[in-house]
Amino acid sequence: MIDPAKIRKDFPILSRRVRGKPLVYLDNAATTQKPRAVIESLVSFYERHNANVHRGVHELSEEATNLVETTRAKVAALIGAKHSHCVIFTRNTTESINLVAHAWGRKFLKEGDEILLTELEHHSNLVPWQMIAQEKGVKLRFIPVAHDGTLDVDSARRLLSPRTKLIAFSALSNALGSVSPIEKILAMARSIGATTLIDAAQWAPHRPIDVRAWGCDFLAFSAHKMLGPTGIGVLYGKEEILDAMNPFLGGGDMIRQVFLDHSTYNVLPYKFEAGTPNIADAAAFDAAIDYLQGVGFDEIERHERALLGRALSVLGSMSEVEIYGPKDLDRQACLVSFNIAGLHPHDASTAIDLEGIAVRAGHHCCQPLMAKLKIPGTVRASFYLYNTLEEVDRLAVAVSKAARFFKKEEAIA
Amino acid sequence: MAEGDSELQDLYRDVLLDYFKSATHKGEIAEADIHSHGVNPVCGDEIKISASLTKDGGQESRRLARLRYTGHGCVISQASSAMMAEALEGLSVAEARELAGAFKSMMLRETTPEALPERLGEARAFEGVRKYPMRVKCATLAWNTLIEGLRAPPASAASTEFKEK
Ligand SMILES: Cc1ncc(COP(=O)(O)O)c(C=O)c1O
Repeated sequence: MIDPAKIRKDFPILSRRVRGKPLVYLDNAATTQKPRAVIESLVSFYERHNANVHRGVHELSEEATNLVETTRAKVAALIGAKHSHCVIFTRNTTESINLVAHAWGRKFLKEGDEILLTELEHHSNLVPWQMIAQEKGVKLRFIPVAHDGTLDVDSARRLLSPRTKLIAFSALSNALGSVSPIEKILAMARSIGATTLIDAAQWAPHRPIDVRAWGCDFLAFSAHKMLGPTGIGVLYGKEEILDAMNPFLGGGDMIRQVFLDHSTYNVLPYKFEAGTPNIADAAAFDAAIDYLQGVGFDEIERHERALLGRALSVLGSMSEVEIYGPKDLDRQACLVSFNIAGLHPHDASTAIDLEGIAVRAGHHCCQPLMAKLKIPGTVRASFYLYNTLEEVDRLAVAVSKAARFFKKEEAIA
Repeated sequence: MAEGDSELQDLYRDVLLDYFKSATHKGEIAEADIHSHGVNPVCGDEIKISASLTKDGGQESRRLARLRYTGHGCVISQASSAMMAEALEGLSVAEARELAGAFKSMMLRETTPEALPERLGEARAFEGVRKYPMRVKCATLAWNTLIEGLRAPPASAASTEFKEK
């Protein structure tokens, strides 16, 4: 069992006070806090190992290279990838998806092809496809979202056709917390031979991944949402597909031989890692993975279920609160999205912030989903391994205080 | 008053809540001389300002005969829109632009609330918002959208766009 009191001691920022009150950090879906081990790893890199990678034959360069490659191997093991060289380091999920859109999409998509997305995608798994669709004359189609925030995969079958070349979807919705029927969508893709991309930005921090069991072609996530530093993201791709793709950015490190009029390209993963990479953050990401594996994903899941269960029950019992999403612990994970009746999410979150509680308010980079639900946005509380049941209760108190304040003022018709 | 409510009260002063509830200047003028659309991409809030101008004089001295707003948004952006419409209706284009500038300067802490012209006396109630930089944009959205609209030649009835960063 997770003992949050013990875990919290590893996160220096959690002892901070905000607006005169102990910080309650419930914006983990945006980014998570960092354990001391990650912070120390960053400092240690710059104090002891700093050098460029793959370039020098000197000792420091070798150490720096080893640190990056150790993390790469650890990421490969974490997600069940057969080869480390199928793990490409990017800046974040967004860049990983853009890499696929450019390096795979530009080469393999043709006019008249179709891409199947879902209505609940984060803008980063929507806009890159819109851009490539416009350029190539490709059509975008969308798996519909039911009112409870779940994907209506059965009705999506009629959207499939031999022209469907790619199915790209989020494993876990950052706006509603709904869990996607991952295997069902992948099976659907297999039945028509479509390439698949999983946006695991929200999934990877909380649940185990096995890309070989899933059989997905691409998978993308960000270190900063899983205790790691900002500025480092992952793209996993199947070897034969990565090999067949165009390079993404051109420059140093991604080449094998350069002539004045042309170049040949480096092997995986370096073909996709042009220029000096984010060495320090890649090195420190290693400590984040160690930390998560030390606690264990089973334990993390059990703890988060307890937190979400409490949140759904305390917020659900308040008549002035409307919760969006499945509201069912088997189909929803890690976060709860809600509104206070008649109150704009920004006013609600400001009132909650005044209690020292960090939540996110707004459209959560999912404007089309908000339009579908006919709401301007929501207040979102997202949990992680260091949150406590008491913090969930403090959130509930803050919510009811906000509701009372604005009701008393009769500001809201 | 419950503990902690004092900060809430300071931010959401009664004047603000009254303006938020007020519907006096809500709406859209069909045959408007100025149409301007403002969006705050941080929250997705949207506002549409429309105004009809009097016919007399040069462009800068024409008056905002009617000033209306529609849109959805938080208490702060809606209250600010309502207050702006009430305060600026009847003023000339030049005067409206000047007062909008004064309001923005106050919100950005370049001037004090006390320094606001008397016509914007009620706007002093937005003082509490200045402590929350993320919310200042909510308060200035309507004003920026109007300033954008006042730039376009009124005769063209062109629609303008204000894009918050
Ligand atoms: C589902 C999902 N996809 C993509 C992203 C983008 O991640 P990043 O901003 O790290 O690129 C996020 C987070 O913001 C997300 O929640």
